[in-house]
Amino acid sequence: MSGVMIKTGIYGLVRTLTVLGMPPLWWGYLLLAIGIISGVLGVLFALAQHDLKRLLAYHSVENIGIILIGIGVGMIGWSSGMPIVAALGFAGGLLHVINHALFKGLLFLGAGSVFHSTHNLDIDHLGGLIKKMPYTGLFFLIGAVAISGLPPLNGFVSEFVIYIASFSGAMSMNANSSLALIGAIAGLALIGGLAAACFTKAFGIAFLGEPRSKDAENDHESSPWMTVPMMILAAACIVIGLLGAAIILFISPVIGVVLGNPYSGEIQIASNYLLYVTIGSIAFIILLLAIAGLRNFLLSRNSVGTSGTWDCGYAAPTARMQYTASSFAQPIIDLFGFFIRTKKKINIPDSYFPSVSNFETHTPDIGREMIYKPMFKTIETFFGRIQIMQEGRIHIYVLYVVVTLLILLFWNVR
Amino acid sequence: MDSPIEIMMILLVLSDMALLGLSRVRTCISIVSFQGMLLGGLALVTQFGSLTPRLIMIAAASFIIKGFVFPILLRRGIREAGTQNEMEPFVGYIMSVIAGVAMLGVSLWLGTKLPVFTVGSGTSLIIPAALTTLFTGLFLIIARKNALNQCLGYIIMENGIYTFGIVSVVEIPLLVELGILLDVFVAVFVMGIAIYHINREFDSLDSDRLNVLKG
Amino acid sequence: MEITSLINIILGLLLAPLLLGIINKTKASFAGRTGQPLLQAYYDIIKQLQKGAVYSKTTSWIFRAGPVVGLSAMLVALAIVPLGGVAAPLAFSGDLLLLAYILGTMRFFTVIAALDTGSSFEGIGASREVLYSALAEPAFLIGLAAIARETGIMSLSQMLPLSHFFSPEVVLVVVALFVVFLCENARIPFDDPNTHLELTMIHEVMVLDHSGPDFALILYSSALKLWVLGLVIVGLIFPTPPGSFWLVPVFTAICGLILLAIIVGIIESTMARLRLIRIPQLLVAAGSLSVLAFILVLR
Repeated sequence: MSGVMIKTGIYGLVRTLTVLGMPPLWWGYLLLAIGIISGVLGVLFALAQHDLKRLLAYHSVENIGIILIGIGVGMIGWSSGMPIVAALGFAGGLLHVINHALFKGLLFLGAGSVFHSTHNLDIDHLGGLIKKMPYTGLFFLIGAVAISGLPPLNGFVSEFVIYIASFSGAMSMNANSSLALIGAIAGLALIGGLAAACFTKAFGIAFLGEPRSKDAENDHESSPWMTVPMMILAAACIVIGLLGAAIILFISPVIGVVLGNPYSGEIQIASNYLLYVTIGSIAFIILLLAIAGLRNFLLSRNSVGTSGTWDCGYAAPTARMQYTASSFAQPIIDLFGFFIRTKKKINIPDSYFPSVSNFETHTPDIGREMIYKPMFKTIETFFGRIQIMQEGRIHIYVLYVVVTLLILLFWNVR
Repeated sequence: MDSPIEIMMILLVLSDMALLGLSRVRTCISIVSFQGMLLGGLALVTQFGSLTPRLIMIAAASFIIKGFVFPILLRRGIREAGTQNEMEPFVGYIMSVIAGVAMLGVSLWLGTKLPVFTVGSGTSLIIPAALTTLFTGLFLIIARKNALNQCLGYIIMENGIYTFGIVSVVEIPLLVELGILLDVFVAVFVMGIAIYHINREFDSLDSDRLNVLKG
Repeated sequence: MEITSLINIILGLLLAPLLLGIINKTKASFAGRTGQPLLQAYYDIIKQLQKGAVYSKTTSWIFRAGPVVGLSAMLVALAIVPLGGVAAPLAFSGDLLLLAYILGTMRFFTVIAALDTGSSFEGIGASREVLYSALAEPAFLIGLAAIARETGIMSLSQMLPLSHFFSPEVVLVVVALFVVFLCENARIPFDDPNTHLELTMIHEVMVLDHSGPDFALILYSSALKLWVLGLVIVGLIFPTPPGSFWLVPVFTAICGLILLAIIVGIIESTMARLRLIRIPQLLVAAGSLSVLAFILVLR
């Protein structure tokens, strides 16, 4: 659902554009601004969540933001007559639609697998899942790396195309558009960095370390019915990541429908650049295997032991002393506190020795609290007042009809 | 390669950004005195072809007053009040710097719209720099709680007006220039005295607390 | 791929740990000590490679993968950055994006390897690391976008030799990129590479539990990171007149890197680490310097 349904808005936008033709320039700016705001706010709210599924849902907001940035950049290029910005902006945005469906679907399946085995989606109560759920962990990791837009996977390919569009535009367009495109670049960079923060938190705290509660200790790997679909989606992420150069050529006819011109020349240029990205990615993977082999060879000649994690000499470390998800996200949440407004409830021990204390955070949804709730409340009060008219008696309703007819009659004959 | 005016304007804008982002009041005072000296030099550079003794006198006067007299007065104010680093300002430092960049953008746009005659070469940056300095001064007055920072904001605002004046008027009448300078000098002097009294009365320079005077 | 590009890569592989030695020697001479030998980093790496390792029972294969991913990413980055006037082997339009993001991959895996140990120390370092790198990315990319607009080229290998150092825009970009350089390499004023205390835990603490060959890989990757990011800055400062014999700009660039290492050593000896609240402010200031440089290029 998250893969397809939330894209219906984007589909509507793009279809409308196809029908309307070339838009005025300020539409591109507006869409770009909305994209940047959605992207940054989405990932910030995702960082503040404890529940794995809510985190993923807020993260979809961020990815829609990236798609809107791509489409906004494309529209700016279209209205200004810069073919490479137009073609690549739309291509990147549309490719990200596909990529997002893939990796978000993968991540939600992973979350479902986690829930199935531990019956608990609160990240702060999970931990160490990767030991008993290796496949879920591996595929979730691939989804996490992909959604952070890191090479060699597919998230990087679509972000790369949008970046190329923005850079090309920023290098040669006039002042206003260049500054808008610099805003796009800064927005994408910030969103990418914060997304990496969010998913290191989600993957690291949930799957790594020691189990933080009984639920996490009782986990088990899910059945192949759950893991095989994840494997298919993960494989698709890897394939698109490595073959980006070829995939982007498929977008060309779509661009033809939307913009009226397939811009195959510009898409070919992007494909050439992506070819280098592929070479880099393949080099990276080969180096990875080579160095891992070298390291294992070196280790095989010496002793390899195991022990507990270094704990600075503390006498009784427990699993609950590990870093929690809210601690991990705390520097970022405090920095952006103006936008997120997390409410904290803290119960500090007030004696000299450790006693019972607790700490609770809750992040209200800023869109719901500040925009939708007041709006609906005002509408409700307004209609409450009009409700006086609804007497419920037929006589009064007939009176309304007669009075309206009389007014219309007198209005006409004056 | 670039004309010296352009480099001075870039230094002016950089000093504005620094003033928005720094919290230590002593450093801010040093930066404002640097701005004053920079602008004294600017008066000389723009009229390089026609240096008259009158012009040198004006430039020297503003150089000395803005570069040395104001900082001495303000540092005396700090000494009387005890060192006051900035308490939490209304707008955080990061947001101030981002607002500074936004103000620079707005000034650049305004600069293209205003039909002002510019003097000298490489001056396409003077009007935006002057407007940025003006806005920075106003921003500091609005967004900072410490009365000393607000005084600095006033001086910065005057710097901005001065730069704007250099650009648009080819020959500043001596009387007008001295008048402006005297005006600012008296204002800072009075502000210094006021700061001393505010501190003595309320034991703090938080100008937000003046609202206890409300009826 | 020319033979000169290959020679540049080999130079990078051989000389990178020397930069660490130069920084330490500078700090020692400021403190009046003799300090470690210049080649100490090499001795450390070789010593660690010959040792066995101890792994924590809490960790999984991610912990073992972290250093390997880090070194692979740095080697790919080494292939992207030009040395002197010679184009890098993996040069293409938009390679600066691959550089920034492959460093991101390295960071991602370092962070999850740190979280894998289940220790609070690594958690502290990891959470600070992700925030500061998220703020440093925009400064890096916008600075390079300003240079791209000025030279009209999107590839590092052609962009850097063409930039003129004596225009104010490039000076601003160099300052911004230098701040990002200090942040990414965990130097003062962002992080103290000497200590492992809570006060200064960002990079040093994330690798606390690694030992043996893993630790050698990490030491070598950090030396390579100094080399790679330093080359971007040095490339901006020393332009390459076209048609000069390749050895001269390469030699200039290496001298520039040594000078950069000495400057880093001087900064480490004279400044203290910033309070953690101030670090985002410094990074945002670097970002605004980049934006200012771009606005200046627009005229």
